[in-house]
Amino acid sequence: MEWDLEKTVREFVIRNFIFDDDGSLQAETSFLDSGIIDSTGVLELIAFLEETYQVKIEDQEIIPENLDSVHNIVSFLERKLGAAPNLQRAEAN
Amino acid sequence: MCGIAGILARTESATIQEKTFLRMISALRHRGPDESGVYLSPHVGLANTRLSIIGIDGGTQPIGNEDGTLWIVFNGEAFNYVELKSELVEKGHRFATPTDTEVVLHLYEELGPDCLNRINGQFAFAIWDSSREELFLARDRVGIRPLHYYCDAHMFAFASEIKALFQHPDVPRTLDAEALAQVFTLWTTVTPRTIFRGIEELPPGHYMRVSKNKVWVERFWSLPARLMENRRVPSPGAAREELQALLTDAIRIRLRADVPVGAYLSGGLDSTLIAALTSRHFNNRLKTFSIGFEEERFDETRFQREAVQHLGTDHHWIFARNADIREHFPSVVWHCEKPLLRTAPVPLYLLSRAVRDQRFKVVLTGEGADEVFGGYNIFKETKIRRACALHPHSRLRPLLLEKLYPYILNNASPGQAYLEKFFAASPQDLLDPVFSHRVRWRNSGRNCTFFSSAVQSDLTGFSPVHVLIDRLPPEFSDLDPLSQAQILEMEIFMSNYLLTSQGDRVAMAHSLELRMPFLDYRVIEFAMRLPPHWKIFGLTEKHFLRRTFADLLPASVTHRPKQPYRAPIREAFPFTTPPDYVDDLLSESAVRRAGYFNLAKVAGLAKKVRAPAAVAAGETQDMAFLGILSTQLVHHQFVENFGARDLEPIVPKKRIVITRNRSHSFDEATILSC
Repeated sequence: MEWDLEKTVREFVIRNFIFDDDGSLQAETSFLDSGIIDSTGVLELIAFLEETYQVKIEDQEIIPENLDSVHNIVSFLERKLGAAPNLQRAEAN
Repeated sequence: MCGIAGILARTESATIQEKTFLRMISALRHRGPDESGVYLSPHVGLANTRLSIIGIDGGTQPIGNEDGTLWIVFNGEAFNYVELKSELVEKGHRFATPTDTEVVLHLYEELGPDCLNRINGQFAFAIWDSSREELFLARDRVGIRPLHYYCDAHMFAFASEIKALFQHPDVPRTLDAEALAQVFTLWTTVTPRTIFRGIEELPPGHYMRVSKNKVWVERFWSLPARLMENRRVPSPGAAREELQALLTDAIRIRLRADVPVGAYLSGGLDSTLIAALTSRHFNNRLKTFSIGFEEERFDETRFQREAVQHLGTDHHWIFARNADIREHFPSVVWHCEKPLLRTAPVPLYLLSRAVRDQRFKVVLTGEGADEVFGGYNIFKETKIRRACALHPHSRLRPLLLEKLYPYILNNASPGQAYLEKFFAASPQDLLDPVFSHRVRWRNSGRNCTFFSSAVQSDLTGFSPVHVLIDRLPPEFSDLDPLSQAQILEMEIFMSNYLLTSQGDRVAMAHSLELRMPFLDYRVIEFAMRLPPHWKIFGLTEKHFLRRTFADLLPASVTHRPKQPYRAPIREAFPFTTPPDYVDDLLSESAVRRAGYFNLAKVAGLAKKVRAPAAVAAGETQDMAFLGILSTQLVHHQFVENFGARDLEPIVPKKRIVITRNRSHSFDEATILSC
């Protein structure tokens, strides 16, 4: 399977928060500003990322700079996965 | 308590068909199962179904005055009727019944519309004033009792519930897209609008005069919110004494009934206080009622038990299982007549049935204390957000946000940074007249994206919040922030949701009358004089109320933080085998046929919310799911299949028929049976 962080994250957000690809979600769209994800929805997002990419997201990492748009998540994950190359990439299996 | 309905023909050619008229009142049988009566003239009809509480044997409605020029149908209570009656007797009025209804009629005869300022009660009524050829309708100050109407060039029709209006073939049954957007954003419609196009409600604290050619609506009471410098604030000690006296008296007059009066006891401060005052001063064998939940996070049984032990009341529990909520949700929507974003009305519907089974017709409740004395989290949220906006560099203030909504966050928080951004407010935002509710409405308003493209295009240029802002009184922006938030909460949410969907409708579904001492207008007016920090002291809600009555309550209740009354949503609607009405109404064909929602989005949302291992979180999505399901139910029950429902016809006990006497110029009254 192709390793495409952006596609996977984008699809998750559409499937779980928008429910139909109405074209409103851009890579830079702020989830909070646009109302796509509320403060409780963030918990769902974190659970998904932790499970899919087998990473542990620390409390201090739960900040909008890391998680508030598809783009922010991808950059955050790349940093995180890059820093921990031994982590099993669940999706790649 | 009763159901009322009526018609005024507005053209000479329009006459009232008795059969249609009886169908209208038959639709309100649940509101008044004891007896019924009609007044019919060629151009006017009044009808009543009665739940007999005061003057049981002699109070059949409609009731006329001494010379038969005025006729009244009345729903509710005028609690101070005893005092009013003595005044009227002194002025020479003669009474034929022992009822409060007749007192209201003579009070109108004496004072006209000013009579409303004298009535301490919860009511919706109509008086046909035959000498003025005018219908006079009024609704209590805060909207405890409902009153809806429909008006076109040919007729004016009114009724306690919309389903009675729909019995008339000329009354259209279509949903209003703008009202739907209001419900999805503000959690309810904004008065006078209802979810049905062309059907309005008389706003709380208003009266209405209707003649053949004219309809006019006037306000007689508004929430007395004043600038701090214009308030006459008593000393704390005097204020406590005043509140003790007022609330006790509010209960005293609310116990006036010729049937036993019970009380709801949720285990929270407000209902425990009402039960405590009642059993201490008036009834030491009080019967109380409460709800327990299958879902632990909604259950308050432990606190109810402590309150019962402390008060020594004779207590009756019901238990709300998730399956009960699912099963009875369609009936609740039928009674509430609007889409619902919460399931909380369902257990109250089950409770009223249990109370009725115990042969009670009347209960006291603690409703209204949160609005009047500052109990809601949204008031505290506003306080914190204001503090953050005024001190943007404070590190400590935003930490308070995390404490606010533990019941929504399920004891897991997304983290401080997120809450800060979610609730963020800038100094500029403080100028927003609806600052207190903006975050809530922005959040729920997002659910309007589930509407179909047809509904979205109907909504082009429409803003539910702007409509509301336009209705705010001119002095609103100068008031203190708590008063502003209280006004919004009381004007929007209290009468249209709390007192209807969690109040009148689900209680009257089982012919049960609720009485709310905290909503005695004297208590409201007193509370609005108190400084805001007496009500919410630091972040302690209802501080003044707690302190005033601390001696009367168990410490566990006095010191217990408020737990909002809520009921499960996603736990009640998982996929089941075999499928049931939920699957039918959310099927692609049903959603397409109704036309309100986007098919793909509804399917995606339902799949997520109803999944066996539904992930925690998603309060807003739960509300979207329930809003969609209940809108489908409204459509199914009121638009698509309305005529299919069986209606047991009422045979009126009292029938007053006015026929045009051709040999005389007057009308002649014929009382056919009484």
